[in-house]
Amino acid sequence: MVDTSLLATAEQTILTPADIQQSDINRLIAELCATQVDAADIYFQNTRHESWSLEDGIVKEGSFNIEQGAGVRAISGEKTGFAYTDELNLNALLEAAHSARAIARSGQNQVHKVSSEMTPESLYNSSDPIQSLETDRKIELLKRIDRETRALDPRIEQVMVSLSGVHESVVIATHEGMICGDIRPLVRLNVSVIIEQNGRRESGGFGGGGRTDYRYFLDQDRAMDYAREALRQADIAMQAEPAPAGSMTVVLGSGWPGILLHEAIGHGLEGDFNRKGTSAFSGRLGETVASPLCTIVDDGTLKDRRGSLNIDDEGTPTECTVLIENGQLKDYMQDTMNARLMGMRPTGNGRRESYSHRPMPRMTNTYMLPGESAPEEIINSVKSGIYAQNFGGGQVDITSGKFVFTANEAYLIENGKITCPVKGATLIGNGPDVLTRVSMVGNDMQLDSGVGTCGKEGQSVPVGVGQPTLKIDALTVGGTQV
Amino acid sequence: MSQSVESIQKQQHMTDRQQQLEELKSIVDESIREAKKLGATGCDADISKSNGFSVTTRMGDVETIEHDRNQGLGVTVYFGQRKGNASSSDLNPASIRETVAAACAIARHATEDPFAGLPEPEFMATEIPDLDLCHPWPIELQQAIDTALNCEHAALEFDSTINNSEGATLSTHTGIQVVGNSHGFLEGYWTSRHSVSCCVIGEKQGSMQRDYWYTVAREQSGLDHAEAVGQEAARRTLRRLGSRSLTPRECPVLFVPEVARSLIGNFIGAISGGSLYRKNTFLLDSLGTSVFPDFMHIHQQPHQLKALGSAPFDAEGVATRTHDIVKGGIVENYVLGSYSARKLGLQTTGNAGGTYNLIVEPGQQDFQQLLNTMDTGLIVTELIGHGLNMMTGDYSRGAAGLWVENGRIVHPVEEITIAGNLKNIFNSIVTVGNDVHRDSNIQTGSVLVENMVIAGN
Repeated sequence: MVDTSLLATAEQTILTPADIQQSDINRLIAELCATQVDAADIYFQNTRHESWSLEDGIVKEGSFNIEQGAGVRAISGEKTGFAYTDELNLNALLEAAHSARAIARSGQNQVHKVSSEMTPESLYNSSDPIQSLETDRKIELLKRIDRETRALDPRIEQVMVSLSGVHESVVIATHEGMICGDIRPLVRLNVSVIIEQNGRRESGGFGGGGRTDYRYFLDQDRAMDYAREALRQADIAMQAEPAPAGSMTVVLGSGWPGILLHEAIGHGLEGDFNRKGTSAFSGRLGETVASPLCTIVDDGTLKDRRGSLNIDDEGTPTECTVLIENGQLKDYMQDTMNARLMGMRPTGNGRRESYSHRPMPRMTNTYMLPGESAPEEIINSVKSGIYAQNFGGGQVDITSGKFVFTANEAYLIENGKITCPVKGATLIGNGPDVLTRVSMVGNDMQLDSGVGTCGKEGQSVPVGVGQPTLKIDALTVGGTQV
Repeated sequence: MSQSVESIQKQQHMTDRQQQLEELKSIVDESIREAKKLGATGCDADISKSNGFSVTTRMGDVETIEHDRNQGLGVTVYFGQRKGNASSSDLNPASIRETVAAACAIARHATEDPFAGLPEPEFMATEIPDLDLCHPWPIELQQAIDTALNCEHAALEFDSTINNSEGATLSTHTGIQVVGNSHGFLEGYWTSRHSVSCCVIGEKQGSMQRDYWYTVAREQSGLDHAEAVGQEAARRTLRRLGSRSLTPRECPVLFVPEVARSLIGNFIGAISGGSLYRKNTFLLDSLGTSVFPDFMHIHQQPHQLKALGSAPFDAEGVATRTHDIVKGGIVENYVLGSYSARKLGLQTTGNAGGTYNLIVEPGQQDFQQLLNTMDTGLIVTELIGHGLNMMTGDYSRGAAGLWVENGRIVHPVEEITIAGNLKNIFNSIVTVGNDVHRDSNIQTGSVLVENMVIAGN
């Protein structure tokens, strides 16, 4: 089953109102290829974004944003010329094309005739999520979450709810004559609460979403599940004691703790760093980098997921790329430029924040496949250590391989039992080592709820992570109790 | 002769800039009129626009050339106490009308908020000082490429263990900010920002380290030499080679200026209006109380000429003020915009959009004297991760740095965490150095903290 309607709809959204014809795109590509370039593309984008937020029991504000423009890129060897414009007219686009192509020496390329590309059946519904609920119902949803959450616990001081929706249309045209389009919805709902007890205040937050529409939060009353989870986390924080400091056995819960994989190995396996030899994983394809229990993939093809895409931002269809198989390093994540320079295959990981940013290799949904151990069995096997169930953000230095991620819900494990909750602490490790210390992998693989945003070189893109419960034999926990 | 040609060109540029400023002011004015026409009782609109390019060279050759042209209009409307926001990157008249209409549609659905509204008219900036913030750099592309190449070359040549690079980047931008509201305020100003940065990689015994350095200024002549930037990047990379972890311990910690800034930034976050009225801060009700030792003074100086953090008015058009934020360790002023001020029963401090040139008053000691004072402990040169609980002040971050014994650097350190509670950390600052690094909105010397917990293996 193939579908060209996405391209047609995206063209109607972006190009038709600006009166940009197929012949204009041909001309722009020809202009870009008027110097000796290896590759060139144009990325047209229209994004509509809305958000609503509630605090102090009232919907204080909403915002609506339209962003539209085109980015133009010419590549010659390892060199990239890039320019963009917010004005969608032929003159502005030609000016951008002239700026971008200046990267290459003069000469002439063969110009391909533009043809429409067939894209696979869409992984998500292309209709506008912003229109999926009447405004009054969005407001009512936020107010109801506030009301029902406050009724759950008298210690609640503050409830904050935010709801956002994005409808993005893109058209991509390349020097090879390919033109393709995508329409990408994205929604998110977040609830955070502050509770107070005996003069101590603690907070908790939870959210979710995906490439779907607002009705997702009403199905099975997911919105209130988020609220209850936020309250549960705040309640656990209220009981937390200072965390231990030092190297110890760490059991990570399933789902969102998969940011371990994103930070510890994901970034290090992006093609650009490996082409340049700046990653701690450079030149290590085929080597053992993890325990044989670990198989890790980056999968952009999961239906409705936050990190999924029909095609990446260079028009390459996304795929499920096996990065590590039974502990062995199998593949890198590539965009077209780094794939070409490394003599590898593009993997559908060429992503960009918007038309005003250059594409680069980025993750989609990165997760570890399930193993065989029951989660209880994993906990029971630990004499002394910590169990970390929820995390805030993380960061990595891809060159030294050192990564951190910050637990905001964790417990001591004593003699095989989860005991006292401990305060948030940063966990630090070395990417190339940490997975070699995985001694048990759970059978409970879970993806996160749809809240991940990854930053690289100043560009943010939505991503997903996931994993089963994992046991790591030694990892440094940055608590305060020596 | 050339002098006079230059001065004529300069005048021409000034006139062009003045003209563009007037054009953008009229768009802001038009947006406000449109909002009133649609029934808004109040409106606030702003435009920012920037233009420039950046060049990155890597391993002795051009890697990327990027041309940037950003613009955006933001509109906030009030229908009585109800508020709506909208923004657009498209400044043509039809889009502006749509943007204003979208903001109005949102306001009609928002709930009445007794604290919503424009700043009180008496706080609007009335005199707009010329802070000399715009000095376009008339650099040709080739010259920019050469500068980046020189910077990176200086780093790569510095030592044979420097064998790879993330590149050197020269970036130059000019921009304009215009703010208007229905009190009749309508002002704008030009800024420029130029930078040169470099990041290189060294390798020793099969293990790699990278570090970077940069220079940034409003004016080209305020930049350090590109070669010096490259050499400093190399020096910093070299000092990290051979890093190892530390076993868990408690010890003094010296934050170098570029890292000490983040501690000051955390403090500002904790006394900012949004954190205070939401009670999401460990420094609730801290106004007039002692948070730091009595030798600590932090001032805001928004009107410093050519400074990176200077601005004549804040994001709401309220006059920015020179004042103490901390005096003798005591919090003298919170950091407030008009909304959070009303929520707290206070007055705006002209800090909508952040702080404008924070100066931590330097102490007497230079870096070596600080090491002597510390005697044995950890120098932190880099922090990674986001391990701060703003509500409780609990702090746990990944770090890299240098281990010091008897006032001498012994070896580089990595893969450790430093932890404590910011309330205690602020309170136990031993001294601030005189080694101030000026290339930032927050200017501080190194900060020595009496004791923190280190975890490692």
